[in-house]
Amino acid sequence: MVVRLMQGNEAVGWGAIAAGCRFYAGYPITPSTEIAEMLARELPKLGGIFIQMEDEIASLAACIGASVGGMKAMTATSGPGFSLMQEHIGYAAMAEIPCVIVNVQRLGPSTGQPTSPSQGDIMQARWGTHGDHPIIVLYPTSVPEAFDLTVTAFNMAEKYRTPVILLMDEVVAHMRERFETPPSEAIRVIDRMGTSVPPEWYKPFGDTVGDVPPMPSFGSGYRYHITGLYHDLMGYPTQRLDEINPWIERVHRKISAHLEDILLYREENTEDAKVVIVAYGITARSARHAMKIARQHRHRVGLVTLYTIWPFPEEVILRVGRTARRVVVPEMNLGQLALEVERVVGRHKVVRVNRADGTMIAPQMILDAIEGR
Amino acid sequence: MAKDDHTAYAYLRTTKKFPNIWCAGCGIGIVMGALIRAIDRIGLDKDEVAVVSGIGCSGRMPVYLDFNTMHTTHGRALAFATGLKLAQPNLKVIVVMGDGDALAIGGNHFIHAARRNIDLTAIIINNLIYGMTGGQYSPTTPLDMRASTAPYGHVEPPFPICELSIAAGATFVARSTVYHAVELDRLIEKAIRKVGFSVVEAVSYCHTTYGRLNRMGSSVEMMRMLKENSISLAAAENLKPEERATKIIRGVLHEVEKPDYLTLYQKVIEHAKAAVDGKEFLRAGPGGLE
Ligand SMILES: Cc1ncc(C[n+]2csc(CCOP(=O)(O)OP(=O)(O)O)c2C)c(N)n1
Ligand code: SF4
Repeated sequence: MVVRLMQGNEAVGWGAIAAGCRFYAGYPITPSTEIAEMLARELPKLGGIFIQMEDEIASLAACIGASVGGMKAMTATSGPGFSLMQEHIGYAAMAEIPCVIVNVQRLGPSTGQPTSPSQGDIMQARWGTHGDHPIIVLYPTSVPEAFDLTVTAFNMAEKYRTPVILLMDEVVAHMRERFETPPSEAIRVIDRMGTSVPPEWYKPFGDTVGDVPPMPSFGSGYRYHITGLYHDLMGYPTQRLDEINPWIERVHRKISAHLEDILLYREENTEDAKVVIVAYGITARSARHAMKIARQHRHRVGLVTLYTIWPFPEEVILRVGRTARRVVVPEMNLGQLALEVERVVGRHKVVRVNRADGTMIAPQMILDAIEGR
Repeated sequence: MAKDDHTAYAYLRTTKKFPNIWCAGCGIGIVMGALIRAIDRIGLDKDEVAVVSGIGCSGRMPVYLDFNTMHTTHGRALAFATGLKLAQPNLKVIVVMGDGDALAIGGNHFIHAARRNIDLTAIIINNLIYGMTGGQYSPTTPLDMRASTAPYGHVEPPFPICELSIAAGATFVARSTVYHAVELDRLIEKAIRKVGFSVVEAVSYCHTTYGRLNRMGSSVEMMRMLKENSISLAAAENLKPEERATKIIRGVLHEVEKPDYLTLYQKVIEHAKAAVDGKEFLRAGPGGLE
């Protein structure tokens, strides 16, 4: 095992490579740029492709095109670029094209504070593109997790034929931490499902397995049509309600029926907790520190760290919220995921801890909320 | 052309009774026929061809075609096609766009695809207007003409598609009209055969919106205008510059030889692989690519 000091952005790049990503298209933006630079260097060594596109709209489009061509594809950006990508996130969801979108958040709105951390894109990651659509959003708290969750992001994208967003904090992206390079046999890589039916029998969106249609690539002998319009089982545009409705139900069900696989979280000390902190990203690390101090003072405090923030892990929060008197939700925004927590456990129980000025939430702020100050 | 008309059937999808999305008399179908004949003449296998389109009346073409087809988003077809081509270099990727699609919302992707010289064939169906959304002005609507968003006449000068393509770096640029259907398929054939970014401007018309708003008559009359207002490149040589400026000049306007993006990127891969064992690094120095 090789142990080294690694930066979060670099870990995302290595995670992508480990997951089998061989295509990257992107447009430079702080604080995500190191991902592009690292992959521009490493991908060609593996025969892979790096391309710097003319903007973020084109970047995600190129990723989707490459994915249709059979490659695992990724792009990385930050707030302004993430805003530009929204239309194509919807396209990938509609056409069910696997791809990974990394958003290393910076303080917004607009150009905001390019080098300051923020967790302001929580709702945008869920609802940024128009229309109801399924989406998976993962969120690491450390450099090793940035690696692991990038691999997971690809696995989920391929397995469920969906865009997966990896949200990251600037602090995690730029921090250097101890990283133990896992042996490659320890990394579980999932590839998209192919098909073995003869091309003339092939129904592009018909022969689903677990609600996911197999996906042969263009050029492999299976000719079919892909569109962002509502489509029938053959992939052709449709306006028939008896084709639109089953489609809507299926693409949402392919996520909601697999929550056990998709929802990643960690519970600490929640069994006896009177106060539960629900946190994600770098804020979860402040929260863990706050919990430790509180426990030393004999406060019964627990922590739920969410690695999957969308779909929102309702059942988990409902369960821990039932026995807790108070649920503390620290976020580097003005209260975004807190809205979900409030919906599930009730507003009266939730204490929000917020700051949206490009500064991390210190453990003391969370401690104050725990102690009701 | 009777024989050719039958050729087309073999390339149309028959797995669904598709509604015809285009107005009776629209020129887009003629471009589709020309594209099919070009592909047939080259003898490409259906599996080897991908047709990618944006959004608009012209964007609806791929669904009828029995190839690998992708109907993408408004203006971005070239960016999708770029990713597809890089992932599947053996596919012949043909991109069908409207004038608004290619030059307004997609203008940036268009010039950069040309600059990169990525091996794609871009067919721009130039009907001088936004057809699908009902006749708003586009980047190719001529000065003084009417559009639903230019009820008093248009005050913006149009983009010359071919000149723009040449300036941006395309390796093959040609123009014809939907009246000259046979010439059009010969040009599309050449464009597909050409390695590098090739552009065919297929001048069409939209009698339903532009024609109506500008009192230009039916599709038949608009077709006649294409015939009368256009001239071959060779014949245009004899015209005075003022006369030339009023004509649609048809033919291959530009052709150059230069390596396409993938050929050059292959070198990047070779250098990167060599750099792994350090030898190349020592010889060429950091970042040294000859
Ligand atoms: C992002 C976005 N903006 C606007 C539209 C609406 N829209 C659809 S087609 C179109 C223009 C079509 O004109 P053109 O590209 O010239 O193609 P034509 O219909 O004339 O073939 C527009 C503005 C859209 N679909 N997406
Ligand atoms: S609106 Fe115009 S461009 Fe569209 S199909 Fe009708 S005639 Fe053709």
